[in-house]
Amino acid sequence: MPDNPLDRGQHIEVLTITDLSKFYMMGEVRVDALKHISLEFHAGELAVLLGASGSGKSTLLNIIGGLDLPSSGKLFFHGREITAATEAELTAYRRRSIGFVFQFYNLISSLSALENVQLVTEIADNPMNAEEALRLVGLGDRLNHFPAQLSGGEQQRVAIARAVAKRPELLLCDEPTGALDFQTGKLVLDVLEKVNRELGTTTLVITHNASIAGMADRVVRLRSGELSEDRRNLTRLSPSELVW
Amino acid sequence: MKALQRKLLRELMRLKGQMLAVAAVVACGISVFVSMSSVKYSLEASRQRYYNRFRFADVFVQVKRAPEFYREAVSRIPGVASVTTRITADVTLDVPGLDEPASARLVSIPDYRMPVLNDLFLKKGRYIEPGKPEEVIASKPFLEANHLAPGDRISAVINGRKRNLLIVGMGLSPEYIYEVQPGSFFPDKRRFGVFWMGRRSLESALDMSGAFNDLSLTLAHGASEKDVIMRLDNLFKRYGSLGAYGRSEHLSDRFIVDEIKQVGIQITFLPVVFLAVAVFLLNIVLRRIVATQRDQIAVLKAIGYSNEDVGLHYLGFALIPTAFGAVVGTLLGAWLGRGLMNIYAEFYNFAELVYFFRFEDVALSVLLSFAAAIFGALGAVRSAVQLPPAEAMRPDSPVLYKPGIFDRESLRKKIPVSLRIIVRNLERRPWKAALSVLMISLSVAILIAGRYTYDSLDRMVQVEFNEKHREDVTLIFNNPMPPSVRFTIASLDGVVEHEYYREEPVKMSFGHRVRRQSIKGMESAEGLQRLVDQSNRQISLPSEGVLLTSTLATLLGVKPGDTLQVDFLQGRQRHRELLVSGTIDEILGLSAYMNLGSLNRLAGDGGALNAAYLRLDQTKAAKLYTTFKGMPGVSGIMMLKAMKQSFDELIAQSMNTSTLILTTFACILAFAVVYNGARISLSERARELTSLRVLGMTKGEISFILLGEQALLTMAAIPVGFLIGITLSALLAHALSSELYRLPLVFSAFNFLFAFVVIVLVSLVSAVLVRRRLTSLDLVEVLKTRE
Repeated sequence: MPDNPLDRGQHIEVLTITDLSKFYMMGEVRVDALKHISLEFHAGELAVLLGASGSGKSTLLNIIGGLDLPSSGKLFFHGREITAATEAELTAYRRRSIGFVFQFYNLISSLSALENVQLVTEIADNPMNAEEALRLVGLGDRLNHFPAQLSGGEQQRVAIARAVAKRPELLLCDEPTGALDFQTGKLVLDVLEKVNRELGTTTLVITHNASIAGMADRVVRLRSGELSEDRRNLTRLSPSELVW
Repeated sequence: MKALQRKLLRELMRLKGQMLAVAAVVACGISVFVSMSSVKYSLEASRQRYYNRFRFADVFVQVKRAPEFYREAVSRIPGVASVTTRITADVTLDVPGLDEPASARLVSIPDYRMPVLNDLFLKKGRYIEPGKPEEVIASKPFLEANHLAPGDRISAVINGRKRNLLIVGMGLSPEYIYEVQPGSFFPDKRRFGVFWMGRRSLESALDMSGAFNDLSLTLAHGASEKDVIMRLDNLFKRYGSLGAYGRSEHLSDRFIVDEIKQVGIQITFLPVVFLAVAVFLLNIVLRRIVATQRDQIAVLKAIGYSNEDVGLHYLGFALIPTAFGAVVGTLLGAWLGRGLMNIYAEFYNFAELVYFFRFEDVALSVLLSFAAAIFGALGAVRSAVQLPPAEAMRPDSPVLYKPGIFDRESLRKKIPVSLRIIVRNLERRPWKAALSVLMISLSVAILIAGRYTYDSLDRMVQVEFNEKHREDVTLIFNNPMPPSVRFTIASLDGVVEHEYYREEPVKMSFGHRVRRQSIKGMESAEGLQRLVDQSNRQISLPSEGVLLTSTLATLLGVKPGDTLQVDFLQGRQRHRELLVSGTIDEILGLSAYMNLGSLNRLAGDGGALNAAYLRLDQTKAAKLYTTFKGMPGVSGIMMLKAMKQSFDELIAQSMNTSTLILTTFACILAFAVVYNGARISLSERARELTSLRVLGMTKGEISFILLGEQALLTMAAIPVGFLIGITLSALLAHALSSELYRLPLVFSAFNFLFAFVVIVLVSLVSAVLVRRRLTSLDLVEVLKTRE
């Protein structure tokens, strides 16, 4: 099955993490957020990063997304060392290659759904049409609504549309269902799954909710900054089959 | 429009109250700068044009009477370009429709029109015709004030003879841009005018044929004014010269030059204050915007916007209101400038007072305001740029509060919780609190300084018109009179008190410093004229030696006890030494006072008198006026009450305008600072205050916490503002003072009360506006959203 992104992706390494550590100081206390993590992600993979709060998963995601720098270790994106990139290169990396979805959506409240997506399409090299991106997440009829006029799930879907509209190679989702109820959460996961399937975007979903792991190709678990599990699901469940 | 630009515009609209306040402050600063710069330039340019076009002279000299052939001698002095001789005389007038006598200065003009120095600008009517000795051209302010026009007649006493003059034209001259009676400081357009009359008819009326008593000249390029003046003084010494002088001592020119200088001072002082406040406001407003948008900044960066994009975006929050303020300020400035020029046109008689609105001034002010905006926004923009995106995703860490001075056990019990919150907020950021106090106090200071000039002029009027002079009329004699003139005056029915003085033109020198000056010999300093300093203290007249005004003493570099070298310029032209026995800090002009007896001994020439102060029985005043109008030997009459009235009308009117402008601007400033302060506190404290509401506090209680802080800042700012205002006024008084006058440093209680009331009112208005927002906070919504 040459069309299966899973098969296709296994051969191309998108992201390579070698011996990555991160600590920071909280007052006078040293917090080791990540300890010697080594990992690689492949094209088209949908991976779930599991971990309790404080396990270091958000720190890892921030470093992968070029928002933060590690204390030691290296990160390669298509063989290019991101950890050695300049500020301008990091900006370009985020602009071209990365899509972000946050737990609290982080939409710009003064911009409508469409405009929030245009925020990205205006600066991307080869973006989707902003309306098309919103239709992809099922919000074709809510284009001109402002964040305050949308439900949490809708807001998160706008955020997903905003993230995928630039056709990123890597979609990073930080607790995308964390602020949503069960039904709405599943709807959002549906969208993520659809994006991964239809666009072939490598997707990393961070969550503390182990039930979500069922929809992933691969499950990575962090505990106190250390890698405690890295397994591959034999079959991917559809989000509608998930229960928590 | 790009999405980011749309975000900027919408958020600016949401913050429109605060942004308008910032824009208003910028607009005030720019309008002052633009209007004052353009007024300054317009005055300078109008003056220069007028002088060039009508050949205003460079050097002037008045003599008693000199033969006409000296004109040739003067024109041969190296450095002299052209020379004009004239005959001038001061006369009394009987103006139709005016009970009181008036005075005029007669100035000769060629019988046939030809270009001369200090030439006439004929505004209306025609030039005089030769062979018609009764024809005159009169000055525009005088004619307009008396509702006279070419074709009207007016009678004058010239050389003891009553003459009926026909006004044929209305004119202006660069010599009389500021038209005042000799010996006076303020224009009285109704009672003093300049009349231009044919040379031949003035010659015959004054027995001056083949002679002149006034000479003016222009200098060749690069010539030394000092050398020419020295030669003129040698040449005309025996013809009763009072000493030649350059433009810088020409009264009319000095008034204008001083005025231009004063406008220049205002250009620097006011806009600086406004721009400083704009910088402060932009700083606090932008810091707050960046603080509330930490997560948005993170998202923008995560999405791929560069630091420059983000920085420019937040800079836009400063630049757009500034640009808006700049546009409004420029328009307002153009309008204000034109208005100010109209006021100047009342004071100064230019042939044409052109209002030049210059692009350079606008460009410079816009540039300055943008620089201020960038400077004000810099801190906030930099923090937005430097905010690491991963950190920005996390909410701002809670602020650290420490126990402050009010948290001592003993005090804690006495202070209610709400007050403790207020105090801790102020203690936590003492610099911000101090800056807020400073900014509010600046508006108080502008109010104080704005009204200070009012108080100062009030004192000037009080000292000059009530304390110093108590006469009704001053009669100026055209020739020194013997002491027996007392009997003539005393015999007039209705003269209650009379007092005389002698005025001797001299050259005073101390070391290398020389001044042309006249010494006033007074009979007494306790009678009709008294010596009063700017603090309204009466000073006694020394029996020996001379009393100098402080400014004159400073100019000469002398102090009491020093000895001056004095050369009398008239009569026996004696050289004498004169002891400086004291100084007096007077408001107007430069003066030297002596006891009449000792001046008589010093100068010789018996007891010549130059003028009389009279107090009249008011029931007989009308009859006396008629007598004065036809009195021979009198060259000028000054009416104290009329002078006061014209001073009040002219000065008070322009004063009211500028005080109104300053008050309005100070209110805008105060409102902008207080309102923005409260809005920012509201934004910072909304969650906290709403939580307090949820816990059961009333709207009143949370309003107290928020507005109490602002009230405390305002109250602290008022005394600080008083102090800054006093300092600012002192600086202004110093900067605006000249040889012509000093502004006394006085403050009425009303000034402080007015500033206090204005600030309190402005604070109340902004409190009401903010309270409305505070009470409409949605309890659930605020708690739901993440800070």
